[in-house]
Amino acid sequence: MVEALANDQTVRSNVLGQAAKRAFSFVTSLVLTFLGLTAITFLISRLTKIDPVLTIVGDKASQDVYNQAYIALGLDRPLILQYGTYLKKLLSGDFGVSVLTSQPVLNDLLHVFPATFELATVATILGVLIGVPAGVLAAARNGRWQDHVVRVLCLFGYSIPVFWLGLVGLLVFYGKLGWVSGTGRLDIGYDDIVTTRTGVLLIDAAIDGEWDIFRNAFSHLILPAGILAYFSLAYIARMTRSFMIDQLTQEYVTAARIKGRSFWGAVWVHAFPNVMVPLITVIGLSYASLLEGAVLTETVFAWPGLGQYITRALFNSDMNAVLGGTVLVGTVFIGVNLFCDFLYKVFDPRLRGP
Amino acid sequence: MSETAISLQHWLLSDVPASPRQALLGKIYRAGRGVVKNPSAFAGLIIVLLLILIAIVAPLLDRGLTPIAQDLSNRLQAPDAKHWFGTDELGRDIYSRTLYGARVTLTIVALVSVVVAPIGLAVGTLAGYMGGWIDALLMRITDIFLAFPRLVLALAFAAALGPGIENAVIAISLTAWPAYARISRAETVTIARSDFISAVVMQGASTARILFKHVVPLCLSSVIVRLTLDMAGIILTAAGLGFLGLGAQPPTAEWGAMVSAGREVILDQWWVATIPGIAIFIVSLGFNLLGDGLRDVFDPKSA
Repeated sequence: MVEALANDQTVRSNVLGQAAKRAFSFVTSLVLTFLGLTAITFLISRLTKIDPVLTIVGDKASQDVYNQAYIALGLDRPLILQYGTYLKKLLSGDFGVSVLTSQPVLNDLLHVFPATFELATVATILGVLIGVPAGVLAAARNGRWQDHVVRVLCLFGYSIPVFWLGLVGLLVFYGKLGWVSGTGRLDIGYDDIVTTRTGVLLIDAAIDGEWDIFRNAFSHLILPAGILAYFSLAYIARMTRSFMIDQLTQEYVTAARIKGRSFWGAVWVHAFPNVMVPLITVIGLSYASLLEGAVLTETVFAWPGLGQYITRALFNSDMNAVLGGTVLVGTVFIGVNLFCDFLYKVFDPRLRGP
Repeated sequence: MSETAISLQHWLLSDVPASPRQALLGKIYRAGRGVVKNPSAFAGLIIVLLLILIAIVAPLLDRGLTPIAQDLSNRLQAPDAKHWFGTDELGRDIYSRTLYGARVTLTIVALVSVVVAPIGLAVGTLAGYMGGWIDALLMRITDIFLAFPRLVLALAFAAALGPGIENAVIAISLTAWPAYARISRAETVTIARSDFISAVVMQGASTARILFKHVVPLCLSSVIVRLTLDMAGIILTAAGLGFLGLGAQPPTAEWGAMVSAGREVILDQWWVATIPGIAIFIVSLGFNLLGDGLRDVFDPKSA
């Protein structure tokens, strides 16, 4: 008894030790990848043909003034030192000032981020609600028509350009059928009525009790979110299917059936819990890629989020804004990516290693 | 089947190939047979071959309508007998623009493959074969790049270097190579442990010779399969860059940019944006089907 307890404790401390080790390696990769990302954005800001000195002094400045500004900006220092300064500024939240809006880039980013967050979150929720059951169904009916339908749907999701599907969606559901509202987040008359608390319109409208605005926001949101959801659904369903097929061929499923479990009971109660860990990773990855995929969708739907902010900045040679946006999207993307990897390793006993 | 065909087949399927060339041809023959037997992979192969064919003979198929000739009196015409796919906002024939767009897409696909595969192979085989700190360092760098958001980074790159096909290719390649490094490393680690490599080492072959002559050829098939599977994603990213105006520049006919040109008029002149989008869809579908098929042939486990 005592021995068993002691054993139990060593096992537990071992598991904790493993988790701490994983957590350490997670943080290390996070930091390293962040350094890599910022190094690249820094190099991009040096590669660009837009002269940072000229944007400050203007093209009529004398050579003297130009040189002074050049030195004041620290452009004469070695690259590695310049990178250090850049990194220090980034970490203190200084992304520079946007040429386009004359606002600090960080303010702009915080202002537009909720719109993208809302879009990607609703899309992921839809993608999970449809994708997971679709994947399970395809696996359970492996090789039959249900499986073929799901597989073709997934294949299309991997092959259709998102911006094109967005346009066709607008044409059909807005132009022809009139089921949803057009581009933007709200109809013009509804602007600036709800108080901005979270920046997520659905939540803000609900807090204020403005259900008209809620409905309007929803009818604007549902099409772009549905389009994005299709792409996350394709990925989630495909992965769910292949995880579930692996599980359903295991002997424990047969054993459960022999003991009298119904077929769907065996699928959902016995097999499904075993795919949940890898599935959470997949969902996290798809969420991260939606934050990024929103760039194109936002352009199509004139959705005032991060993607539209970055593309607009891009065409106005507003490098601070472009790179600030890249760092933000990149950091979120990297964070979610590595965190999912970490979760997977912590929760999947097979990957814990000796 | 005639006598020679049968003996050729025997030669190709031989379990004991007499030369590397025979082994290679046999491998290609088996892969080809696997793809042809699999209906969806075969469809994918046909689509990809058609794309290549159309890109080559586009001038023969354009019915005398060049992709860049403007005709402002005939702008935004609906599809008819003369303009099969209608005309765009500058009165250019969308049918011929779609044909010539295949060239741009194929160029991007070819350039990305040429850049990405050698880099991935070099990094992966070196890391896998050398092991130790070289392995740790190279794989750490690979992981860093693997975690990058592809489209956003490509955007930032294209923005800094200026729009254009070459810069789009550089931007895509930068985020695409790590996958190949990972695959070739995994393959190399197994290959490096095999007896024939020990035999070559004992014969005194240099590291470079072992890598180029023995390891790289064995990694090639996985890299090619992965490349085919990735092609759809690469085409979609390139089209996305084109859609945002960062790919091929006007008046070059590029499918993504053509969809973008039809954005303003999508509700009234649907064909301007819809048709080039269908072209992108079909081509990436083709690569996806072919890639899935090739993977099934080369690696039945993961099917």
